[in-house]
Amino acid sequence: MIVLRRLATALPSIAGVIVVTFLLTRALPGDPAAYFAGVAATQQAIEEIRHLMGFDRSLPVQFLDYLRLLAQGDLGTSLSTGQPVLSELITRLPASAELTLCALTLSVAIALPLGITAAMQPGSWIDHVCRIVTTAGVSLPVFFTGLLLVYVFYYLAGIAPAPLGRLDAFSSPPPHWSGFYLVDSLLAGDLGTFRAALAQLLLPTATMAIFSLAPLARITRASMLAALGSEFIRTARASGLARGRVVYVYAFRNAVLPVITTLGMVFSFLLGANVLVEKVFAWPGIGSYAIEALIASDYAPVQGFVLTMAMLYVLLNLAIDLVYGLVDPRVRLSA
Amino acid sequence: MTEALRHARYVLAENPVTLFAFALFTFLVLCAVAGPSLVPYDPLASDTARALTGPSASHLFGTDQLGRDIFSRIIVATRVDLGIAVTSVALAFAIGTLLGISAGYFGGWTDRIIGRVVDTIMAFPLFVLAMGIVAALGNTLANIVYATAIINLPIYARLARTEANVRREAGFVEAARLCGNSEARIVLGQVLPNIMPLMMVQVSLTLGYAILNAAGLSFIGLGVRPPTAEWGIMVADGASFIVSGEWWVAFFPGLFLMAAVFCFNLMGDGLRDIVDPRMRT
Repeated sequence: MIVLRRLATALPSIAGVIVVTFLLTRALPGDPAAYFAGVAATQQAIEEIRHLMGFDRSLPVQFLDYLRLLAQGDLGTSLSTGQPVLSELITRLPASAELTLCALTLSVAIALPLGITAAMQPGSWIDHVCRIVTTAGVSLPVFFTGLLLVYVFYYLAGIAPAPLGRLDAFSSPPPHWSGFYLVDSLLAGDLGTFRAALAQLLLPTATMAIFSLAPLARITRASMLAALGSEFIRTARASGLARGRVVYVYAFRNAVLPVITTLGMVFSFLLGANVLVEKVFAWPGIGSYAIEALIASDYAPVQGFVLTMAMLYVLLNLAIDLVYGLVDPRVRLSA
Repeated sequence: MTEALRHARYVLAENPVTLFAFALFTFLVLCAVAGPSLVPYDPLASDTARALTGPSASHLFGTDQLGRDIFSRIIVATRVDLGIAVTSVALAFAIGTLLGISAGYFGGWTDRIIGRVVDTIMAFPLFVLAMGIVAALGNTLANIVYATAIINLPIYARLARTEANVRREAGFVEAARLCGNSEARIVLGQVLPNIMPLMMVQVSLTLGYAILNAAGLSFIGLGVRPPTAEWGIMVADGASFIVSGEWWVAFFPGLFLMAAVFCFNLMGDGLRDIVDPRMRT
């Protein structure tokens, strides 16, 4: 029931996203028909395309057409590759998803302990580390961090593989099951490929993790500080509860709520940073697909990419809402 | 006023980091204003005989693949990068604040419609939306500015809405209303100046984000066209030389980009301590 109600709150966002993507398609500078027809097209060819693509009809009718195509899963065809946009996005999505999820896991795994320890010992060296990380992390351009890591670990130290995609030239992709190379290679029992895929993943994952770590560590520290200073913690301490129980069960469970909310913002950052990191590491995900299309002025893939990213983001926010409800029983009671 | 100045001086003296940020800011503004007339080389003049030479006495930051002096290009680029950031933040500030104040002050349908627009922008991952807007409107510098302004708009609109909403029944607003001021006059003459300090803090914080965003867009090939000197595009140029060891091509522009963002973020934090000490984290 609660899940349904949450789903309903996501509907206006989805509607808004679809309307904006539609308007962006129709906001092409100049005459979109001439644009799609190409430079060498005759006037008659342009008229034909205008009719074919429905640009001679009214805006509401065009919008209904757009909705009908969307419902059929038709995002148009890429001009440069000739492939339907949807199938190309689906093929490339696992690469981006694997990278983003690994980065998120890594940054949560570092940010939470860092923030908690900093809050427990304010003014200590770990608190200073936390402050430096949070201030520097938000200032680092993600593509610059990536290049620095490549220079240090690939060129200078020689321990990282060349930043050229998901696997080196000697490995072949594992049999397709989930599209996540780490998972698929383990399922196939191919440890060599697993190691190769992991090696390729390390630098881009670290790049994105450094970027997303800052807001998470900052909010963890702040909310942990607030929770530790509150009266129910004093009561818990005074009642003689074990220190670990007070910190991790009583304080952390309350402090984690703002952290979950911040995850929404972190996802917005991560999905955007994804595009830049994919360019630096020649990662064959949907971000580099969009960049290739942008440079070739190939419009349909860019629109498909923006729509996919926005839908993913709406769904992620929905998931965050649901998790929030699970962690905080007060939300469930009031709903 | 002297009280406020004394407080500002106290905060600056207490917090040398903020002072450092203000110094860095002055340096950047100086580069943006006087940079082109100060640099030792023409930022666009190529000299293929000296292509890809490392940092030296004559070329402080080395030269790029066309033999252009990287130091000169970085200094000249300050104007472009700060220009994009300042223009887009000014646009976002003006429109966002106006929308937010109206939503918070008038409530009702105004609030609902503006809230819906802001929520729709927020439903997108912001950098991705900027990419989509530039792709749709055309790949020009002006459109980079508009896209950056649009993705920064919700921050201002939300903040202004909350602050205006708190003040709509405040004593000074009631007094102005009683004196027969029109609603528009109250909003612009009473509410707006009252929430201005908080908005200015946000300006500093979003300037850093705007620079990052614009540099990111030009890194993937949108907006600024070569051979114009701009930090993001210079890092993109240098990216292909990182794997062969010519680190300085990408490193120095990236460093300046980082320093500028760092400076605005620190300044924002410092301003917040001056304006509203309670919001310190």
